[in-house]
Amino acid sequence: MSQPFRLNKEGLINRNKKISFTFNGKKLFGYEGDTIASALIANGIHLVGRSFKYHRPRGFFGAGVEEPNAKLQVEFNGHSEPNVNATEMELVEGLSATSQNCWPSVNFDVGAINNFLKMFFPAGFYYKTFMWPKSFWYKIYEPFIRKAAGLGVASIEKDKERYEHKFEYCDLLVTGSGPSGLASAYAAAKNGAKVILAEDKPRFGGTLLTDDVSIDNLSGKDWAEKIISELKSMPNVTVKNRSQVFGYYDHNMLVMFERVSDHLEKKSKFTPRQRLWYIRAKETILSTGSIERPIVFGNNDTPGIFLSAAAKEYMKVYGVLVGKKPLIFTNNDSAYETALEFKKNNVEPTILDTREEHSSELIDEAKSKGIDIRFSHGVIVANGYKKVKSAKIGKLNKHKNSFDKIETVDCDCICVSGFWTPSVHLASQSGNKLKYEEKIDAFIPDKKKQQETSVGAANGSFTLEESLKHGFENGSNISAKITETKAEISIPNVNEKKYGAHDKFWCMPLPKNENPKRFVDFQNDVSVSDIEIALREGYRSIEHVKRYTTLGMATDQGRTSNLNGLQLVSNIENKIVPEVGHTTFRPPFTPITIGTIVGREVGMEYMPTRKTPMHEWHEKNNAVFVDAGAWKRPRYYKQGNETLFEASKREAKNVRENVGICDVTTLGKIDIKGPDAAEFLNRVYTNAWMKLPIGKARYGLMLREDGIVMDDGTTTRISENHYHMTTTTAQAANVLSHLEYYLQIVWPELNVNVVSTTEQWAGAAIAGPKSRDMLSKLYPDLDVSNDALPFMGYKESDFFGVPSRIFRISFSGELAYEINVKSDHGMFMWEKMMEVGKEFGNQPYGTEALSTLRIEMGHIAGPELDGRTIPSDVSLNGLVSKKKDFIGKNSLGREAFNVESRQKIVGLIPIDRKSSIPEGSHIVQDQNAKLPNPKLGHVSSSCWSVENNNPFSLAIMKDGKNMIGKKFFAVSPLKNKSIEVEVISSHYVDPEGKRVRS
Amino acid sequence: MLYIKCPYCGLRAQKEFSYGGDATVKRPNINEEVSSEDWDNFVYMRKSPRGKHIELWQHIAGCRQWIKVQRDTATHEIFQTAKVTEEIR
Repeated sequence: MSQPFRLNKEGLINRNKKISFTFNGKKLFGYEGDTIASALIANGIHLVGRSFKYHRPRGFFGAGVEEPNAKLQVEFNGHSEPNVNATEMELVEGLSATSQNCWPSVNFDVGAINNFLKMFFPAGFYYKTFMWPKSFWYKIYEPFIRKAAGLGVASIEKDKERYEHKFEYCDLLVTGSGPSGLASAYAAAKNGAKVILAEDKPRFGGTLLTDDVSIDNLSGKDWAEKIISELKSMPNVTVKNRSQVFGYYDHNMLVMFERVSDHLEKKSKFTPRQRLWYIRAKETILSTGSIERPIVFGNNDTPGIFLSAAAKEYMKVYGVLVGKKPLIFTNNDSAYETALEFKKNNVEPTILDTREEHSSELIDEAKSKGIDIRFSHGVIVANGYKKVKSAKIGKLNKHKNSFDKIETVDCDCICVSGFWTPSVHLASQSGNKLKYEEKIDAFIPDKKKQQETSVGAANGSFTLEESLKHGFENGSNISAKITETKAEISIPNVNEKKYGAHDKFWCMPLPKNENPKRFVDFQNDVSVSDIEIALREGYRSIEHVKRYTTLGMATDQGRTSNLNGLQLVSNIENKIVPEVGHTTFRPPFTPITIGTIVGREVGMEYMPTRKTPMHEWHEKNNAVFVDAGAWKRPRYYKQGNETLFEASKREAKNVRENVGICDVTTLGKIDIKGPDAAEFLNRVYTNAWMKLPIGKARYGLMLREDGIVMDDGTTTRISENHYHMTTTTAQAANVLSHLEYYLQIVWPELNVNVVSTTEQWAGAAIAGPKSRDMLSKLYPDLDVSNDALPFMGYKESDFFGVPSRIFRISFSGELAYEINVKSDHGMFMWEKMMEVGKEFGNQPYGTEALSTLRIEMGHIAGPELDGRTIPSDVSLNGLVSKKKDFIGKNSLGREAFNVESRQKIVGLIPIDRKSSIPEGSHIVQDQNAKLPNPKLGHVSSSCWSVENNNPFSLAIMKDGKNMIGKKFFAVSPLKNKSIEVEVISSHYVDPEGKRVRS
Repeated sequence: MLYIKCPYCGLRAQKEFSYGGDATVKRPNINEEVSSEDWDNFVYMRKSPRGKHIELWQHIAGCRQWIKVQRDTATHEIFQTAKVTEEIR
């Protein structure tokens, strides 16, 4: 199979390695080094997609990041990716590409009817048409529009690839390896600066690969190779290809997207697919180059119409002809280089130059080679539907607002050049306010906000000599300020062709009695007439015009359309372009994959997993885990075919009847030391702390300054100036920050130190009527009687040879103890407890049983401390001291906190004693009342009371205890349940608290 | 991502810090009478200036010190950082 448009020898591809791939099912081949685009063009394929709105046939337009049309669904290396830019994606063996936005096929697309109905699809069509009835939007209009429009299809398969993030720091980041970038990086490297040079394309050199120039008697390509190999040999330089710096963020942080292995056929298991680099650069040199812009004319979106520089790149880099009968349409000299390249490859181009006849180095050379040049000419309209076949051309009059001598010329491609637009995206993202440069009809960077400098074409310098000079000078000066060394650099001699002035011409007038679409923005199908409509309808701000017409939006971000759009608006408005201004440039510069943004933070690596020292034991004993922040806690220990409900009931019942142990390592623990520790606790907690004896624990309540309960827990006085505080698992980090805030900022005069010891101690609670018996077996030499170790008592003792702390505290409401040992001994402690506890019927219990036990006791936890409750709301006003000041005290006097009808904690039981009340249910008087049904409160925690063998819930309810004895409904629209309930006390079991003191 | 100079540790990425609000708010003294108006101002009322703002950050994944940062809320420019015991003018 031959490739009809492949040149015999030109190009930088590897002709020794064929790569087979398919396009829309058709088997084709290309060479190593091809992009999907170059391989398709080599095979004579131009029709690759349908346009967004009108479903017009579309082909390739550019040769790189500027491409607006050729977005394909690509399957390779086992995954499917939508919206892949065919001009950037390198060919890999077995790749399969398909066209998007067409049905049933790109050749015959039903949606193309839109093209013939285009008078019904003006700018703002969707806004105007799908307005009413309102109810139709969600169910009918939106799904329809989404189906009709849209790009590729996202895969629903799990992405098996590996993505990575990398943080890097450097003195100088250079973005782009064209002449100015190479010069900057080289000069800075010679000064000893730590340099990163990033190049988006696989090949370094930028325009040096395609321009007919020489530097120090080397061709541009050879010079680039020489510099790159020297840079690669320097230890202070990182050189990266296939790496797009796409975002410029605060404080000189730039983000780079590296395509690590998409181009590889085989890779090791640990090679990531793509990598995201966060680069903190002291200085940045933006050598991002420029992008050619088109001239607008009729049917200028027909396949076979290219940017002229792209046509040249296809020849020089890929050895591919975009056509064999080219028409070159230009307003400047650069397209002449494309014409000469065609000529060199024995293809006869015709040049249409909008300028009047004149002379320049390039024009003269083209003339001497016998190329047909027609001055003051332009393309009026391209003919052909799926591929350009001919063009209607005409001679422009002096004012260039009409033409005569209209004729039709045959052609198979049109290469268009409307001059160059500097790529100022990164500069603009950095906060640089751009300025309009009249000389080049485009914006260039102005005053900098961050440490960035644009050089070369990105700064509007379009000659090689100037680019190199700026590059070397800036690279040297900027890095010298950092490294304080300045190496001698000689700026090389340059041989390049001199360009004449360009013509400020960007749009062909319409022919008489004809109205072909003249597209400004290909990707969004925005034509000249759409922008005219937007302005006629009163849109003035360029940002509004952009949103109304979608000009410059979507994946190509208007790279080829922005400037022409601005020209059009300023022409109609009779303004100059800088008055119209430009739309905001936002990251990312090019689309990047979601996988790269996410990096390794998926699945197990989404967040750290915290495991207690006893985790392995829980695993071995069929624990079903639940996430508590980053912690994994056993929810229940499954026996046989038990359900969660059955297991938790069994475990809780065993605590009430015998004894159970629970892993409480996850509770926050804070060590507090210092002579002012008691005074500090006295200010932090609502209750009194000055008189807590050594060896005693106390339950404490902590408020925020606004009076809301922040956390609760026990704190134990270990010695004179040493306290051990516990917090809830969820609030551990916040409480520590809170304490540090007051110690460092508010009361620095207090001599107190705090440190988290959560990870240092393994904790196990022993709870149940038989817990003392079990404890005495664990500590045979210790007096554990009620007198020696009373409720809220504390002892330190030896636990089978390891030091331990014993706290007599209880969350379950049973007689209970909590043992702490150093984490390393946690497993030893747990296994000993299981062994010793056997004779007492000891069983481990999980968080579900723990919740059951605390709920039926009326002990509050997270669901009650929901950021809205004050101490009296949860029946803890007894803990609020009236005698002393503490954090949040002044807020408790607020009127709203003291109204009688305030929602407070109560207990609820279902009238039928059977139906479980869903958490979150609303409490209402009348379940059949008209909506919105007045809400009297909500159910915060629910359990199956093992003590009374029926459901029980805690609720926060209007009028609180005054409601006891009354009946209401707990309704849960989510669960579709309505349960009649009776209000009772929140202390359902052992209201006097006898058990904990027994 | 901001680049914040911790007075104890040096330049560190924003990821290591957590934000703590206006640094110029002073808590009424403990154990002293305070009018409810002053208390309300302390608890609830904050300015939200466009421009220079002295704020608290905690170097939570570093030295755990609370620090003062003078930052432009519109441009994110950081003019000065200091220990909480130091003044920023």
